[in-house]
Amino acid sequence: MTVVHEEPTAGADVPTRRIRVTVNGVTKTVELEPRVLLVHLLRQALGLTGTHMGCDTTNCGACTVLVDGRPTKSCTMLAVQADGHEVRTVEGMSTPSELHPLQEGFKEEHGLQCGFCTPGMLMSAKALLENNPDPTEDEIRWALSGNLCRCTGYQNIVKAVQWAAHKMRGEQA
Amino acid sequence: MYPPRFAYEAPRSLDQAQALLAEYGDEAKVLAGGQSLVPLLKLRFAAPAMLVDINNVPDLEYHRTASDGSLRVGALCRHADLERSTLLAQFPVMASAAPLVADPVVRHRGTLVGSVCHADPQGDWSAVLLALDASIVAVGPEGRRTIPMAEFVLGPFTPALRPGEIAIEAVIPPPQHQPAGSYFKLERRVGDFATAGAAVAVEMDGSRVTRAGIALTGVGTLGTRATAAEEALTGHELTDGSIAEAADAAAESANPQSDHRGSAQFKRHVVRTFVSRALHRVLDAPAGKAA
Ligand SMILES: Cc1cc2nc3c(=O)[nH]c(=O)nc-3n(C[C@H](O)[C@H](O)[C@H](O)COP(=O)(O)OP(=O)(O)OC[C@H]3O[C@@H](n4cnc5c(N)ncnc54)[C@H](O)[C@@H]3O)c2cc1C
Repeated sequence: MTVVHEEPTAGADVPTRRIRVTVNGVTKTVELEPRVLLVHLLRQALGLTGTHMGCDTTNCGACTVLVDGRPTKSCTMLAVQADGHEVRTVEGMSTPSELHPLQEGFKEEHGLQCGFCTPGMLMSAKALLENNPDPTEDEIRWALSGNLCRCTGYQNIVKAVQWAAHKMRGEQA
Repeated sequence: MYPPRFAYEAPRSLDQAQALLAEYGDEAKVLAGGQSLVPLLKLRFAAPAMLVDINNVPDLEYHRTASDGSLRVGALCRHADLERSTLLAQFPVMASAAPLVADPVVRHRGTLVGSVCHADPQGDWSAVLLALDASIVAVGPEGRRTIPMAEFVLGPFTPALRPGEIAIEAVIPPPQHQPAGSYFKLERRVGDFATAGAAVAVEMDGSRVTRAGIALTGVGTLGTRATAAEEALTGHELTDGSIAEAADAAAESANPQSDHRGSAQFKRHVVRTFVSRALHRVLDAPAGKAA
C-alpha cells in the first residue's frame, strides 16, 4: 500500500520509503513519504479512524497511541519513525465480544460526553495502569494531564480509570 | 498539516549520522524526540532538505552516574526517563524540574539534550543545566568537544553547535557538598511553557552555602544566570536575610518582556518569590537532608 500526499507543485516522482510496522499485533508493510505523520498512516492508510486528530499542534492528546507501550501523540511523530516498532490504538483494546475494563469503566462512570478525546484518554490510561495498577487520584490526574477534555470536567474520567483499576486488580468494582 | 517534503534517513550508527550531516551541511537537521521539530515542520517554520533521525543510533538512551560522580544524560534519554529516575537524588533541582517539562505524553518522546539544542528561551532544562554548571558533549567533523552550558546558547533557538555537529550527551558535574535546591515554574496550565521559572541549585556544608547556581527561565532572550544572587549566598550562612538579598538580586537580573503570559513586573515578582521559596525550603529542611 502506498501513501503519497500530492501538492499542486509536486513533481512526478515523490521519494517514498518502505516500512514494516506492527499495529495492534498485525505487521503491515507500507510505502510512504517521510513527511506522512503517524496519525495519517493510521487513519488514512490503515483505516483505523478510532485515533482522532484534534488540535494538530501536540496539545490536546486526542491522537495519543502507544508506541512500544509509551503514550505518543501520533500527530507529532513521523510514520516512518514507526518502522520496526509496535503501535497500539484504541481498536486494539477490545475484542468483538468484550470491552476492555477501561472502556467498560468509561461507560459505567459516564467518562465521556462527545467522545472525541476518549481514544486518547483510553491509551494514556492504559499505559498508566500497565505501570501502576493501583494509582491514586493524583496519579491518575497527572498521567492524563497531556489529554484535554472539554466536556466532562475530568471528574468522571478519573472515576472511570479507578473503576477499571479495581476490576483489573480483580477487586469488586 | 503536512510538513514540507524532505529526505529522511535513520542511520544505525553515529558515524553514519555524522556522514549524512557532513554531506548535507546547513540543509540537514537532527531529529531526536521531534517534540519541537515536528511541530515546527508542520507550521513550516522549518524546511530542512534532510532529516537525520538519530533514534536508531544505539547506546544514546542512557542516563548514568559516571565514575567521577558526574551525571551523564545521553541524547536519547527522554524527559519521562528522568522523571522516573532514581539517580537524581544528588541533583535535586533536576528531580524537581523533570515532571514540569511539557506534559506526560510529550515527555515520553522529548529529550533533555534535544531541548537544550532547541535553545528555546522558555525551555526548562537550559536554566536547570546552567544552574548546575553542566556542559554538552558534541561530535562533529572536527572531532569531539565539550561546551559549557554558559557558552552553549548564542541566542533564541541558536545553539553553539557547528554545522555537522551532533550533541551526544549532557554532563552534570558531581556536587562537592550536600546538594539541595529545586526548580519552580509558573505555568498557566499543565504543559504550557513557563510564565517564569527559577532553578536554584546550592551545596551546603552544614548551614553554610559552598556553591550557589541560580538560573531563570522565560525572563530573557538568553538563559539568564542570576550571578549577583549567587554571590549573595556563596560562602555565607543561609539565613532569612541572605535569602531576601538573593531573591531581590535574582529579580534584578531578570529581563522579562510583557506578553500574553503576564507583565514584566509580574514576572520579576514571580522570580523573587520562587528564589525565596526554593531557598527557604533548603533552610527549613532537616540538617543533612536535601531540599
Ligand atoms: C505541547 C508541548 C509543550 C511543551 N512544553 C514544554 C515546556 O513546558 N518546557 C520545555 O522545556 N519544553 C517544552 N516542550 C518542548 C519539549 O521539551 C521538547 O521535547 C524539546 O524542546 C525538544 O526535544 P526533542 O528531543 O523533542 O527535540 P527535537 O524536536 O527532535 O529537536 C529540537 C531541535 O534540536 C535539534 N536537536 C535535537 N537533538 C539534537 C542533538 N542530539 N544534536 C544536535 N541537534 C539536536 C533539532 O535539530 C531541532 O532543531 C513542549 C513541547 C510541546 C509539543
